[in-house]
Amino acid sequence: MSDLFQDYAEAAARSAAYDEMFGPGQIPRAEYAHVAAALGAQTLADVTGRADSMARTFLDRGVTFDFAGEERPFPLDIVPRVISSADWSVLERGVAQRVRALEAFLADVYGKMNVVSDGVIPRRLVTSSTHFHREVSGFDPAGGVRVHVSGIDVVRDDAGTFRVLEDNVRVPSGVSYVLENRRAMAKGLPEAFAQSSVRPVEEYPRRLLSALRKTAPPSVADPTVVVLTPGVFNSAYFEHTLLAGLMGVELVEGRDLICRGNRVYMRTTAGEQRVDVIYKRIDDDFLDPLQFRSDSVLGCPGIVNAARAGNVTIANAVGNGVADDKLVYTYVPDMIRYYLAEEPIVPNVDTFRLEEPAAREEVLDRLDELVVKPVGGSGGKGLVIGPDASKEELEELRAKVLEDPRGWIAQPVLQLSTVPTMAGGRFGPRHVDLRPFAINDGDDVWVLPGGLTRVALKEGSLIVNSSQGGGSKDTWVLGGEPSPASAASAAPGAVRERTSVWPIASNWQDSQDQ
Amino acid sequence: MLSRIAESLFWIGRYVERADGTARILDVNLERLNQLPAAEQREVSRQLLGIMGSRPEAGKQEEFGLTELLNRLAYDRSSPTSISGSLGAARENARRARETVSSALWECLNTTWYGLSQHRKDVVGTYRFCHWVLERTAMVKGLADTTMSHDESWQFMLLGRSLERADMTARMLQTPDVFSAGLSWVNMLRCAGAYESFLRTRRAAFGDEHAAEFLLLDRLFPRSIVYALSDAEQALERLDPSYQRVGFINDARRIVGQARTFLEFHQTSNLVAELPEHMERVQRACAQASDAITRKYFAQAVDLSWVGEVS
Repeated sequence: MSDLFQDYAEAAARSAAYDEMFGPGQIPRAEYAHVAAALGAQTLADVTGRADSMARTFLDRGVTFDFAGEERPFPLDIVPRVISSADWSVLERGVAQRVRALEAFLADVYGKMNVVSDGVIPRRLVTSSTHFHREVSGFDPAGGVRVHVSGIDVVRDDAGTFRVLEDNVRVPSGVSYVLENRRAMAKGLPEAFAQSSVRPVEEYPRRLLSALRKTAPPSVADPTVVVLTPGVFNSAYFEHTLLAGLMGVELVEGRDLICRGNRVYMRTTAGEQRVDVIYKRIDDDFLDPLQFRSDSVLGCPGIVNAARAGNVTIANAVGNGVADDKLVYTYVPDMIRYYLAEEPIVPNVDTFRLEEPAAREEVLDRLDELVVKPVGGSGGKGLVIGPDASKEELEELRAKVLEDPRGWIAQPVLQLSTVPTMAGGRFGPRHVDLRPFAINDGDDVWVLPGGLTRVALKEGSLIVNSSQGGGSKDTWVLGGEPSPASAASAAPGAVRERTSVWPIASNWQDSQDQ
Repeated sequence: MLSRIAESLFWIGRYVERADGTARILDVNLERLNQLPAAEQREVSRQLLGIMGSRPEAGKQEEFGLTELLNRLAYDRSSPTSISGSLGAARENARRARETVSSALWECLNTTWYGLSQHRKDVVGTYRFCHWVLERTAMVKGLADTTMSHDESWQFMLLGRSLERADMTARMLQTPDVFSAGLSWVNMLRCAGAYESFLRTRRAAFGDEHAAEFLLLDRLFPRSIVYALSDAEQALERLDPSYQRVGFINDARRIVGQARTFLEFHQTSNLVAELPEHMERVQRACAQASDAITRKYFAQAVDLSWVGEVS
């Protein structure tokens, strides 16, 4: 091991977290063997040079997110996060199971509410959720799917167990960085790729497009798909352009759309063109000024009625927010048992429901050792980490919790697992999470092998959000042993069969020689 | 394609060509301008700015000189007539149409934009800057031509480029007037990159008259006004191939066609004397055509309105 990792063991020993790369005694874990070998052969100058050129490529390609009106590159670290094929197969099944349960839950909540009448969850839980939209209850969306795309955030605790931290089934973002990170890493650390069989990610846009087309209103033979973006100032605008580009569909803004007779059209140079599937990347609240915020200029009036009439598919469906409410999250294991009659494959993080008096009392006593989160938030907004908070912050939090217990949940401070990360000229352990992306086409849930690993770039920090100084890592899922069949087809020297259609009698190159 | 995207592509074409033309004009005129005595330099700077379509800020007429001219034409990012402003606007338009333009084209515009600030803003730095801009814009155009399908979207870009090119050549032809000593026609031709081409075509026939004629009327040189206008005409025709027995419904086609045919079929014995009028006409035609195209293809008369449930 080169001196790049000199102080790593010492730094890693300072926290109780599980390290993804090194086992006890600074021995690389099996899945990291090739990466460790590739990095070990580099000097500091090599690594920083490569990191710089990767950053430069990102800036040139415009791989950025918008923060407070300026474009910032999303820092990519040179050490990948590697997941062994055994770990992945558990995660993959766990994520797919969760998506199926949430899908069933949403269909139920906006339908007959059996889950309530059977006493699995209290009615109040659903009706008090800010993202439960009565505007979309009582009809099945065209195509029958509500959670087309989901990002289920998972973390690894200090024992090395994967746990689900939260569900994102509204507009999960970040998949563009998965695609771009892989491109950059293929150039940044080619040595490690050559040795390990990393499962590819580039089929994501194709999978997404085919799922969107499959869930189009049934009467349409050749559906027109569009991506609906709030516009160039949205923080994820880069992702919207990338996905629209890779799917080869139009990227529209609200002002490009028009609803007439419960059908949605887009304004083109050749007049209006019918739209069948909208991959919605704006918040429900801004989607339709007729139904939601009437001051929104980002959306298109009448679009929800068009969906209700079954003339357009909106992906993800309006009203999904009720399923990623953090208090509803605590009931997801029960939902899995109720809807699927299965045991949860990936467990939740232990969570206190602050509505219950006993739990609330305990939490208020231990505020300084817990993480308290608002139930409707995303992107780490409003979250308070007890051990890091000042006395005043905790008092303020206590008042807020007492005022609105439904609005908050509490969890123990998880020591997220760490991966070596380049900072200040050497590698140090930094905490990471993982967001695997799943696509549901109605028949099958496909989980993108890998997902977005976000990393907190400050030592000891547990907040990985890009808006708060987080970066990302390329996530490698290792393939299992190649099966004999696939090995044979890819064997070197295998010649593709040739069919001749040109009427050439003999080889022209031979006749030229004469 | 979406009207909004079509508009972005049209303006990418225009802004890139504008940056290219402005860099050419600045490069050649700076050489001459730099040698003039201070008082005259200020006067000429103001006139040159006028030719490029803007004027000094109110109250700052007097102190407007060479440095201010360089700033206004090359480095001022807030002005859509400067090189930096044009390239910034082109990049912003590409960002809005990023899923439609090829990634190579987007990257080229993006890196150009990041490179804008890496130049010294004095006279020597400006020469280098102009040269760099010519290279970058040539690269943008090459990438657009080789990495995008030549479909509707590319036609819109070509249309913007051709109109702006005609306009820019018209401005190039105006610049000799501002120098009392006269800018030599050799430099004028160099400015348009037409010098060698001109020499080979005209051989012995050399002089003001011929040079002006070449930049205005040559049917084969791509930066001549007649050539650029017929490019624009062809793009318009491909965008809307409908054929009519009489007249044109498409205003833009009528305007561009009229401007080109007037030049092509006009006969004169003293072209240099008529030049100012021609140039004014060409610039007006370009502006009118641009408006007509906006009306026909890009205008969204009703912004976000709700149309009833049944129609």
